[in-house]
Amino acid sequence: MEIRPILSALMRSKVSMILIGLQVALTLAIVCNALFIIGERLDRMHRPSGMNEADTFWFGSNGFGANFDAIATQQADLAVLRSMPGVTAATSTNSVPMSGGGWGEGLSLQPGQKTSTAQTTFYIVGPQALEAYGFKLIAGRDFRPEEFTAIKFGDQPHPQSVIVSKALADKLFPDSSAIGKQVYSEDKPTTIVGVIERAQQPWMDSDSIEYSTLLPMYMPYGNSTRYLVHAEPGRRDEVMKAVEQKMIEANPSRIIGKVKSIADVRRDAYAEDRAMAIILGVVIIALLAITALGIVGMASFWVAQRTKQIGTRRALGATKFDILRYFQTENFIITTLGLIAGGVLAYGLSLWLMRQYQSPRLPWYYVPVGFIALWILGQLAVLGPALRASRVPPAVATRNV
Amino acid sequence: MFAYYLQLGLRSLKRNPILTALMVAGIALGIAASMTTLTVLHLMGADPIPWKSDKLHYVQLDNWSPDQPYSEDGRPPDQVTYQDAVALMKAARADKQAAMFKIVQPVQPENKELKPFSSLIRATGSDFFGMFEPKFKYGAAWNHDQDDSHARVVVLGDEINEKLFGGQDSTGRSVRLNGIDYRIVGVLDKWNLRSRYYDLTNGAFADPDEMFMPFTTAIDLKTRSSGNNSCWKSSANGWDAYLTSDCVWMQMWVQLDSPQKLAAYREFLDNYVNEQKKLGRFPRPLNNRLLDVNEWMRDQKVVTRDMEVQTGLAFAFLAVCLVNTIGLLLAKFTRKSGEIGLRRALGASRREVFTQFLVESGVVGLTGGVIGLVLTGLGLVAVRALYAQYKTVAHLDWTMVATTIALAIAAALLAGLYPTWRACRVQPAAQLKV
Repeated sequence: MEIRPILSALMRSKVSMILIGLQVALTLAIVCNALFIIGERLDRMHRPSGMNEADTFWFGSNGFGANFDAIATQQADLAVLRSMPGVTAATSTNSVPMSGGGWGEGLSLQPGQKTSTAQTTFYIVGPQALEAYGFKLIAGRDFRPEEFTAIKFGDQPHPQSVIVSKALADKLFPDSSAIGKQVYSEDKPTTIVGVIERAQQPWMDSDSIEYSTLLPMYMPYGNSTRYLVHAEPGRRDEVMKAVEQKMIEANPSRIIGKVKSIADVRRDAYAEDRAMAIILGVVIIALLAITALGIVGMASFWVAQRTKQIGTRRALGATKFDILRYFQTENFIITTLGLIAGGVLAYGLSLWLMRQYQSPRLPWYYVPVGFIALWILGQLAVLGPALRASRVPPAVATRNV
Repeated sequence: MFAYYLQLGLRSLKRNPILTALMVAGIALGIAASMTTLTVLHLMGADPIPWKSDKLHYVQLDNWSPDQPYSEDGRPPDQVTYQDAVALMKAARADKQAAMFKIVQPVQPENKELKPFSSLIRATGSDFFGMFEPKFKYGAAWNHDQDDSHARVVVLGDEINEKLFGGQDSTGRSVRLNGIDYRIVGVLDKWNLRSRYYDLTNGAFADPDEMFMPFTTAIDLKTRSSGNNSCWKSSANGWDAYLTSDCVWMQMWVQLDSPQKLAAYREFLDNYVNEQKKLGRFPRPLNNRLLDVNEWMRDQKVVTRDMEVQTGLAFAFLAVCLVNTIGLLLAKFTRKSGEIGLRRALGASRREVFTQFLVESGVVGLTGGVIGLVLTGLGLVAVRALYAQYKTVAHLDWTMVATTIALAIAAALLAGLYPTWRACRVQPAAQLKV
């Protein structure tokens, strides 16, 4: 390989080389870190909630007037919802996963414990909750009808039994089954009667997102209640359309809040992550395009500048392939130098992001993969100008010297 | 002369349309990306009330558990308890003070064609209006006497007045909320708050408040907050127990017109907490804070991490675009060595050649800037589509338009500086030999 002549040619246009190298370096650093952030966001967005999200929706009912009986309305509403065609289950609740608002509480293994053993969310639910959410019971049993009690909002809930998510059960009782065990909230005991496979908390950024607890209680919030409805597969939208009218007919002195599918709850919960991924994706594409075009522009300029040299080399016996290889090699050298600088820059940027925003470390393999991608990009970008160079006729050498 | 250079520059740019297009596109894209993100960043973090943001202070008291801090980094709770809010309101040691909380109430319109609907209401004191200075369209705020007598009065926002009364002067009329009639004492003009900075706990970019009512009235009617409520020790059952609990659910602002008053108020808060400690409350060490509007916005991270990262990456992208432009300009100017040599030989000074090529770079910058501005507009439309809650901060204003154009020209001139310097060092003799 004729590396030496390439190097000496490069040394004569150091600035251009540095410029292309710098561009490649910055591109590598940005693309690696941006891709890593996108990957992180996609992982986050695909965390399962434990719910059936395809066939479920929820809405609020907000009663008014001094004589509004929230508990009675709640019971009546559940009966109306369950009688609607297309509904397989309905429950009253205070929250659902991914909704961003709910009840957080600490659970302890002993009464009087100073700091609680696990932070959980309380889903305060009526009968049919497991079916309505689509939570999968993996041990123990569902609530019995006689376990449901009514409390006023603001009163501390102390049910006799609870159902917990598996992650919470494992946290509380790592060595044995949680079924039948007692846990304490605010120093009052309750018994775990069931364990469900998975149930996320309502808060996306919670450190304890998998630790959830279901409480068998009717607890309207003043005059307001929320309902979660599970429709037959494929009939969700139809039920969603009919539900407001049905509720108002059953009791007109109230407002039915926005009827929202759980799929939409998920979409809204992750809107910022999705936006971030899309924006970074666009930046990556624009960056690669600009870098590739920069290489094309620079290579074209070099080819134009060296037309005479190329002609001379051709006249002295270099094949078309030799010329092509010359430009491809030249690009490879510049790109490689840029990539080495870019690798350092990529890790540096990652370190800065870690320090500034507590983001995780960039996995090592992003940089080598980035190397390969940018080598390919560089080789493809230079191909056009290099082919043009290889077509320079040897006769050019004799002209105009 | 400038006009002549401009003409020369344009002609030169037209000669290599592809190279020119590449340079302009690079600048335009880089500018659009950085200006879109910068606009959002700038508006998110912008001072919402610049004429008095250093006078308004957010009160934080650390009434949290002896066993566990409110937050790992030692910050006190971001809200206060009812009993502390009331004590501070009664003491009235600041120039103005307003405790507040967020409530939601059903509105039952007189007009039967309108369905009842839920409305977002701020329960606060009459000082609120003097502190945060929304403009009134009709009427005025309620007064301190009405605060004290739990008067059933409300101030309507502009939008809800439009909805209920067609935008007419509704003062003196009444509105029914949850079965109770309230007299309208004032109607606000359009209040263009970019963020609801007075209640960051419940979301800086959440829906704006639609109505305002006396804090005392809401408490009188046992209205619970629909915003965040945090307790380290749950309250006993019932409303009265809740009011005397250590649950935090209120925001408390004070206006302190001078540094002396600020210092005095700090001392007053410390004394207050120390008095409470004697009564067995506030088990943690003294940890009061009085942040002003901008400090509080930074503390609550109104400008999100994502926006900062995006802006950083967008500017790095602009840097790549600039490096790209430098390379292309260099290529272009180098090819014109012959022309430069000729001009120099005919008597043009280095300075004139320098100006000529800098003008050419400027033209690239200006064109890139104008296209970049259009793309920035599109970028902001995209941001609004991607982040529904940022509709108030994803708008171009005149400062940003001017900044965009200035940044583009500055960027192109900066990029053109080195190639131009190289161009004017061309030795005429070397070029004329050919």
